[in-house]
Amino acid sequence: MLKFILRRILETIPVLLCVAAMTFFMCRLAPGGPFDDDKQVTPEVRELLDKQFNLDQPLYRQFIDYVVNLPSLQSFKNPSHTVGGIISEKFPVSAKLGFFAISIALGLGVLFGVIASLRPNTYIDYIPSSLAMIGICLPTFVMGPLLILVFSLQLDWFPPTGWGGFNYDQFFAADMVLPSLTLGLFYAAYISRLTRGGMLDILTQDYIRTARAKGASGLRVILRHALRGGLLPVISFMGPAVAGLIAGSFVIEKIFAIPGLGQEFVNSVFNRDYTLVLGVVMFYATLIILLNLIVDILQVVLNPKLKFD
Amino acid sequence: MTNRIIACGALGLLAGALAGCGPKIKPTDQGIRDKVLLVTVGAKTEDLDPHVVTGVPEHHVIAALTEGLVAEDPVDLHPVPGTAEKWEVSADGTVYTFHLRENAKWTNGDPVTANDFVQSFKRILTPALASKYAYMLFVMKGAEEYSLGKLNDFSQVGAKALDERTLEITLNSPTPYFLALLNHYTWFPVHIPTIEKHDGMIRRGSGWTQPENFVSNGAFRLKSWQLGRKIVVEKNPHYWDVATTKLNEIHFYPVELETTQENMFRGGQLHNIYNLHTDKIATYKKDHPDELRIKPHLASYFYRFNVTRKPCDDVRVRKALAMALDRDSITKNVTKGERMPALFFTPPGVNGYTARARIEENVEKARQLLAEAGYPDGKGFPPLELLYNTTEGHRIIAEAIQQMWKKNLNIDIKLENQEWKVYLDRQREMDYQVSRAGWTGDYPDPNTFLDMWTSWSQQNQTGWAKPEYDALIRKAATTQNTEARLEVFQQAEEILMEELPILPIYIYTRVYALHPAVKNWHANVLDHHPWKHVDLEAKAAE
Repeated sequence: MLKFILRRILETIPVLLCVAAMTFFMCRLAPGGPFDDDKQVTPEVRELLDKQFNLDQPLYRQFIDYVVNLPSLQSFKNPSHTVGGIISEKFPVSAKLGFFAISIALGLGVLFGVIASLRPNTYIDYIPSSLAMIGICLPTFVMGPLLILVFSLQLDWFPPTGWGGFNYDQFFAADMVLPSLTLGLFYAAYISRLTRGGMLDILTQDYIRTARAKGASGLRVILRHALRGGLLPVISFMGPAVAGLIAGSFVIEKIFAIPGLGQEFVNSVFNRDYTLVLGVVMFYATLIILLNLIVDILQVVLNPKLKFD
Repeated sequence: MTNRIIACGALGLLAGALAGCGPKIKPTDQGIRDKVLLVTVGAKTEDLDPHVVTGVPEHHVIAALTEGLVAEDPVDLHPVPGTAEKWEVSADGTVYTFHLRENAKWTNGDPVTANDFVQSFKRILTPALASKYAYMLFVMKGAEEYSLGKLNDFSQVGAKALDERTLEITLNSPTPYFLALLNHYTWFPVHIPTIEKHDGMIRRGSGWTQPENFVSNGAFRLKSWQLGRKIVVEKNPHYWDVATTKLNEIHFYPVELETTQENMFRGGQLHNIYNLHTDKIATYKKDHPDELRIKPHLASYFYRFNVTRKPCDDVRVRKALAMALDRDSITKNVTKGERMPALFFTPPGVNGYTARARIEENVEKARQLLAEAGYPDGKGFPPLELLYNTTEGHRIIAEAIQQMWKKNLNIDIKLENQEWKVYLDRQREMDYQVSRAGWTGDYPDPNTFLDMWTSWSQQNQTGWAKPEYDALIRKAATTQNTEARLEVFQQAEEILMEELPILPIYIYTRVYALHPAVKNWHANVLDHHPWKHVDLEAKAAE
């Protein structure tokens, strides 16, 4: 297993380099630059700005500089902040939102999925399955404002926006409920569909029948025997999904005015904030690779048919 | 494991529900009680260095933190004493002598001296800093030459500290709007020793703008700055006019989405909506007329013509296009928000100036002009593309105009939307035929709208140049008599409306909402609200 992990980590280095190169050069090929504004500057000022931000160096030099010094580079848009500083300030917010959303998604998703799979094609199946279908069809930018309208503006249970009462240091605050729900419900819908499918496959397998024949209780069969295999599709799905969730959701962050990494990700591209784009992309890529590795390990642990090679 | 996760989730939800219920006080009500104003100024503040930033959100924050030589009257923004308690102007209007007040202090207790201003001007004009807005100081003698590196000796520039508290500024020509210009943040003083300590004289982002380092001289001082979260400023006890300052703190939140701003306002998290979505105007008029504000704004919405490309190289075509619009219908049915149809370029009422030139909206004449240009009934009209940056609001206007041109002139145009930076790049490279544009005045004077169409202006971007026009703008700069000067602008705008390198569409309004408890927040064309006067007052008990 150690060898497997080591090999996978070594493999990530060329992958990350490729990602960095593609991001860097694609950014530079895009028209417009960080200093374009609706009030245009003179060519002289533009030249001086290029010099100040080292854009006058040959591209390959800049690329090396970017890769080597990435975390300590200045953001173009917010020159008082470094790439590393922005990511380390924003990521915890997104990660916490992601964590709450995953908890909701897994909790509700697996529960609904299992229930639906136990009595396929009956009302016990139809009701959670149709709820899940609605959840998938309702995009977050519809669900979010709907929840705000009902639970904030009408019922006044939760604040409509914010994160940690705008103090950002509380572990949990009322204003975290709606964004976590919006994001969580969307994923819960997917997970319940995947769980239902996975469970239906497993429940007809011989080893389940054997377990039942041995006299194991119904709950025990589901939790110990069936879920282990039934959750495999969910686990493969969760790798990239978790990365996406904790790295921030642009839409949710915008709707709820949450200062997370998702907004930086999207805005940095629009702003041609070359350093920040690369920083966030590299951070995200590393996260995906890491989570995929964890998923692969989990799959071998859960599925006795797989081995580490 | 799964059970545990479910349990955690359920507990979390329960805790949230409990925390959310029960009696609680809204942040806005708490704010009124504590005199803490919660506002949004739209987008995120990029930086707090007045020599580096270029945006409007930055203006609002920096205006709270820093004070220039003069300040603004909260109602009509006429210049009132600021850091300078009085000033004299020479007979020819080119030399201003400012007398700084004795008790003007920096937040660290240092006195604000004349030399602080001189050094601040020097910093923003230093070529190596590459300040995008340095040109705001070009009315000062030698400033432009110094910023271009043609002049190396700053003592030749027209800013001199005669003594500790006397500052003399020499201008190139009498500039009637000079005092108003001084309220632009580019003219604000910065604390040079602090910047030097952080090696930020010619460098952006040196750390001097961080709350633990920031030194300023305004009615408020920086308490905290969390990027993209909020900026908190608190009452500055060293400020010379601290007795006037009403609020204890102002919290600036970056909230870009209009709908989110409204949710926060309705939910008691903000005292204002910076931009109210036009779809909401009718509802607010009916249900919350005391909160809604619709005020004229010093900004113009227009299209640029690329006069170097067919078919807009022909002035008859440009005229026909400009005449064949129904601007009333656009502002009433498309944009809403009580915007003013613009048959001229400069927003009316700027420093006593209302353009007398008018575009005639006349479909018959437009058809005739198009026929004269060689396209009778639109026949043979070359392909024409209208470029705009991807935004719903611009799209619906472009579609309305597309339809009007089709109906009135029988010509088909193509709409092309591009992402912001691509759109800017294409406009700068003149890679367009017709392009959407907007311009917000930097100071309340027609010059800020009319000098951009000179042949040397970076903002022109139409390829249009006319020596007579250039000469008039130059003449206006040296004309001391107010009436005569405005007359020169009238002539310039007449040329502009005759040649039409641009197609004016409407004059912007600011549509926003304000909590009834906010006092001394007056509407004005620049949308400046001198913060020391703003107050929060609870309604008298009913």
